[in-house]
Amino acid sequence: MHVTKLLAGATVALGLATAAVAADKTKVGFIYVGPIGDLGWSYEHNEGRLAVEEAYGDKVETVYQESVPEGADAERALTQMALQGADIIFTTSFGYMDPTINVAEKFPNVVFEHATGYKRADNVSTYSARFYEGRAVIGHIAGKMTKSNKIGYIASFPIPEVIRGINSAYIHARKANPDVEFSVVWVYTWFDPAKEGDAAKALIDQGIDVIMQHTDSTAPQAVAKDAGGVYTFGQASDMAAYAPMPRISSIIDNWAPYYVTRVGAVMDGTWQSVDTWDGIAPGMVKIGEMSDVIPEDVRAEAMAISDSIASGEYHPFTGPLNKQDGGAWLAEGETADDGTLAGMNFYVEGLTGSVPN
Amino acid sequence: MIRLDKRPQPSRLWAAVTPLVAVVLTMLAGGALFAFLGKNPVEAIRTIFWDPVFGEFAWYYRGQLLVKAGPLILIAIGLSLGFRAGIWNIGAEGQYIVGAICGAGVGLAFYPAEGWYIFPLMVIAGALGGFVWAMIPAILKTRFNTNEILVSLLLVYVAEQLLASMSLGLLRNPEGAGFPGSRNLKQYEAASNPELFAGTGMHWGVVAAFLAVILAYVLLNRHMLGFQIRLTGQSPRAARFAGVRPNLLIVVCLGASGALAGLAGLFEVSGPAGQISIDFNSGYGFTAIIVAFLGRLHPVGILLAGLLLALTFIGGEAAQANMQLPASAIQAFQGMLLFFLLAVDVLANYRFRLKKREAA
Repeated sequence: MHVTKLLAGATVALGLATAAVAADKTKVGFIYVGPIGDLGWSYEHNEGRLAVEEAYGDKVETVYQESVPEGADAERALTQMALQGADIIFTTSFGYMDPTINVAEKFPNVVFEHATGYKRADNVSTYSARFYEGRAVIGHIAGKMTKSNKIGYIASFPIPEVIRGINSAYIHARKANPDVEFSVVWVYTWFDPAKEGDAAKALIDQGIDVIMQHTDSTAPQAVAKDAGGVYTFGQASDMAAYAPMPRISSIIDNWAPYYVTRVGAVMDGTWQSVDTWDGIAPGMVKIGEMSDVIPEDVRAEAMAISDSIASGEYHPFTGPLNKQDGGAWLAEGETADDGTLAGMNFYVEGLTGSVPN
Repeated sequence: MIRLDKRPQPSRLWAAVTPLVAVVLTMLAGGALFAFLGKNPVEAIRTIFWDPVFGEFAWYYRGQLLVKAGPLILIAIGLSLGFRAGIWNIGAEGQYIVGAICGAGVGLAFYPAEGWYIFPLMVIAGALGGFVWAMIPAILKTRFNTNEILVSLLLVYVAEQLLASMSLGLLRNPEGAGFPGSRNLKQYEAASNPELFAGTGMHWGVVAAFLAVILAYVLLNRHMLGFQIRLTGQSPRAARFAGVRPNLLIVVCLGASGALAGLAGLFEVSGPAGQISIDFNSGYGFTAIIVAFLGRLHPVGILLAGLLLALTFIGGEAAQANMQLPASAIQAFQGMLLFFLLAVDVLANYRFRLKKREAA
């Protein structure tokens, strides 16, 4: 009897939650994996949230929860937002994939947008950015800038998105400078200033003079600044506080236009489940200002690469390319299809070390 | 001048009242903090302490309280046995991870077979995994007299590496398009640990936690082993005269806490979490140490402390999402609660005396 009472309570509350929504302004929720002050990944998603507020003013109400662990806690955070009457919820990290799908099942009248995953439902869209396009541009700069020919790469988790970035950066660094070597350090975190800083120190001790990162804090920038003579790139956010040295450029995730469009779609009732994967062309990926430390000709080359990617004239994964074991991957002139890129779990030829598993 | 005099016996009255005093002090100091951040302090405190239990959506939160408190209580009960005997297992987090890996591994090995025996086997494997992981510091201590605090703590980091390796290798979902993480056990009925009654949050892990509270109570009060544990904690030398074999006690205490932590991991991975993933562990093993001490190493105390801590987690999350309080403010608030709980303990053990300055 107790159970049925609880369930009845649940149904009533669900009804209330959805009824309240219809009358009121559109409520938009965001779940962040790091603190909004990380100045990287979560910071940029929060900038997107602010853009939504800016665009729709008092027609929307936005809420967010930061530093939500990926796993069981995320499911609660999502449920609680849906209960509080959110109409659309953006879940901004890969690890929220299963929780998003589970909660979406229970709240068919709420729509969800999951970043960087691959599971969709009638009320779950996925979206991601082609960060590897940006990696191609800064990879070129890195190849030109290194004097020791040693480039370090602080990688988070061995998932396709990160592996794609390493491959893209390596391919273009090698094109710019055939002697480059990459050292990849896996830190198994998206945001941990201490671990990221330690990784940067270890890399610099190995004689590395250019560091790329696929983690969200500015700790590697700070370490590089102290070491001197080491170049870095902002990740996810511009990290302009470290310009012009050590940060010489950056890859910026610009979620604002996407968030504004999707919230608009909810407001006018045209929202549909889609899979979005945008790059430099529509402005979801931007290259941060290149500092004067980079020679002018290199800056021009980098801009040219960025422009040719934006115009669709050039694809960062264009053959001939072999896999690390020497097996053929792409023939001369052939470009990688999105399916292969989405599930990429191998290094290209020339990279040393192996993808952890 | 105020002086502190040690009481000959800890005051029973104060020992009972101090937790309430601490909660009230936390509300005051926390309220001040929230007011300083420009939020309504009364609303914030209500969101944290009242709404999860009695608010509009309490039907959902009450279940979540059990989900959150279950593993904390289960682990803390195990730890309290050792702590009472002066055996310090700080590595429950690692035992929790290894238990989850072993249990989930057994379940996944059967995939996609169906059978009633699969889940019980996973439970055994989970307990065994945690037990074996705890045996490393136990044997190193009994054989080579190493420090179990250091060994068990450092093994947490080894377990985390093992977890990452499992998520990326052996246990990775073959249909997961190269992404890390195992199959979701929630979608594999024979290996899942669902809510026993929908919406209540009650799963086997919570049942196990309640059972552990009862068993620990009986063990400590009615059983020879419980007596030996208490005696060793109070006076190791006297314990030896009473026939306690210290090495055996170390093995038993570490083994029991490891097995319970392993069980907690198994119930979590097959239930609320659903899958082995790189960041599956979220600190239950460490938080349980706080729960154990907060509950004064007493089974009933631990039960209440586990629920209280779960409440601050759940309510804290709700305050973040509903009132846009920063995550760090909530952490500071939880820190205050612990700080005041420990600070007012002074009242139980000491008494304040106003004393006149003695003339020179």
